[in-house]
Amino acid sequence: MSVTQDGPFPAESASGTDDVIFPAESAGGTDDVIFPAESAGGTVATASFGGFVARAQAAGQLVVQPRMGVSNPAQMRAGLLATRRATATTIGTITLDSYTRVGDDARARAALAAGLDLNGYPIVAHDRATTRAVLEGVAGPSFPVQIRHGSPGPENIFAALIEVGLDATEGGPVSYCLPYSRAPLAASVRSWTRSCERLARVGPQAHLETFGGAMMGQLCPPSLLVAMSVLECLFFRQHGIRSVSLSYAQQTNPDQDREAVAALHRLADQYLSDVDRHVVIYAYMGVFPRTPAGAGALLAEAARLAVRTGAARLIVKTAAEAHRIPTIAENVAALESAAAVADDERRQPVLDEVDDTGIHAEAAAFIDAVLELGPDLGHSLITAFRRGYLDVPYCLHPDNAGRARSYLDRTGRLQWSRLGSLPIRSLVRPAAASELTAAGLLESLSYVERKFDDAGLDEYLTGPAQPIGARSDS
Amino acid sequence: MPADSAVTSQSSPPATRPPSPAPQSPAAGGRWPATAGGGPADDALSPAGTTDDALLPIEGGLRVVVTSVASDAHTWNLVFLQLALEEAGHHVVNLGACVPDELLVEQCRRQRPDLVVVSTVNGHGFHDGTRLIRRIRATADLTGIPVVIGGKLGITGPGGAATRDQLRAAGFDGVFEDGAGIAALHGYTRELSASGRR
Repeated sequence: MSVTQDGPFPAESASGTDDVIFPAESAGGTDDVIFPAESAGGTVATASFGGFVARAQAAGQLVVQPRMGVSNPAQMRAGLLATRRATATTIGTITLDSYTRVGDDARARAALAAGLDLNGYPIVAHDRATTRAVLEGVAGPSFPVQIRHGSPGPENIFAALIEVGLDATEGGPVSYCLPYSRAPLAASVRSWTRSCERLARVGPQAHLETFGGAMMGQLCPPSLLVAMSVLECLFFRQHGIRSVSLSYAQQTNPDQDREAVAALHRLADQYLSDVDRHVVIYAYMGVFPRTPAGAGALLAEAARLAVRTGAARLIVKTAAEAHRIPTIAENVAALESAAAVADDERRQPVLDEVDDTGIHAEAAAFIDAVLELGPDLGHSLITAFRRGYLDVPYCLHPDNAGRARSYLDRTGRLQWSRLGSLPIRSLVRPAAASELTAAGLLESLSYVERKFDDAGLDEYLTGPAQPIGARSDS
Repeated sequence: MPADSAVTSQSSPPATRPPSPAPQSPAAGGRWPATAGGGPADDALSPAGTTDDALLPIEGGLRVVVTSVASDAHTWNLVFLQLALEEAGHHVVNLGACVPDELLVEQCRRQRPDLVVVSTVNGHGFHDGTRLIRRIRATADLTGIPVVIGGKLGITGPGGAATRDQLRAAGFDGVFEDGAGIAALHGYTRELSASGRR
């Protein structure tokens, strides 16, 4: 295997670094699902994450889901119950804490023992019985629960969620490695390979969502987001997963977003036709508006994007996003307002088409360039990043080439300013004068915040046209 | 100026995170870009360089290492600093996020920069920075290397003169807390260039 021979990292067999970084739980005995998922005896269609989403979509309902995680089990259960009771079609979320994310379960245990609050739920550190009690009578066929984490080495996390009877999570070997860690991409690929294979053994209902549609949160041109979503789902499928969701994070221009999600659907139909699949939209993940009205309007735009593009699920953000981690009540409010906007949008569908500015062609070129590198997708992804065929603008990870750059044009569309070795030279001609300056970077990062806060402030001063998102905490 | 929130924004994982347990690749550092005859401006923003070839002498501008600390995964602040320093005529090697102390020490010994800029926004900067600078100053050939720190250094907002004095006493040559703005750093680099200390 020559994956790392001429790469920046020592040969993988030399030191077994991956096992040091991401120690697997004791090798023996973890293969049995101690507490089988509820769907084990049923059919995929009736008792699974993917089946739940498909039924909601068939019924004309957008599934909405929060990001939510606290270390206290009783509060975590209360959050799940509140999500379930919200006036919306919901899926529950358990977001994990930073210690668990980086595999430092000892520190998570120490924090629990000391009674300290963590910034998420430490599913590996908590007793399995504790987590089963959190889920008991809450999670089930009518209320799937998904684990959200952020780890480039998630084997222990996957083992823990399987042991408590869950079968849905998210991430990816690239999308949870490059933006937030220094873990070598090759190590992440190896860990994600084992993790997917472990999850796949639970059964065909086991569901995995790619985080590839959100690379860096901001300033990544949509064609690369679309390609990463498809490529990571292809990686999941290669390692046995049969139910996937493709993500796309709302960016800076609604028309560009609609074109991107249309391209994502088309490419998913082409490359992933043999697996259960749906598209999930993430409400904007960059600098969030500070005014309640601005935050609400941005969330409403995300809900409309989901409905107009045929996405089945939406991960919401709250009015508190710019200031702090939202409360359970703020999350429920966001879920309900997003669901209400989605219902309105469905009753008055927008039928206009968006122009094809080349997002599909670019995304297809990225995907083809990776697939041409060989049959092993993990290997091909590593090679593609090393050669700069995939290159995430402004991502400083040592395994990212860092030669491609992007900018926001005057209409708020994300464009390439420099291509490096991206395989799209025949499709894009970057404008030479478009290179971002330091001041331009700050302006671009806060573009959405300013746009929605300015509008939100006007609305606040003149009285809101509708109450959505305009609620305040007091 | 919305600069602070803009550069500290993070997409998914929450802002605060513990140190990464990942051992570091020996190659996770860059090298100075060649200035003359290097062709079009296609220099890498990330530390992709892997070779140990001789460093070229740089005419004008400081050679600056920009880095985060071990526990901080934020990077937009580092990208901003790189662009700002390059616009001022300096040459930047950006070590990125979650840089372990030993990696920074190794890179300083190898790169011999004129200045090290430590930027951190996750609120652990005071503790991480104190540990880091002691380690740098304890390294034989790095006792005199100019090192500054800036960003959101504590979890309760700017710590004021007391924080600044403690960090300076620990060995930093400059402390630029949240709110000081990029102008303060530019002022420092001008002084450093003029002093000929490099």
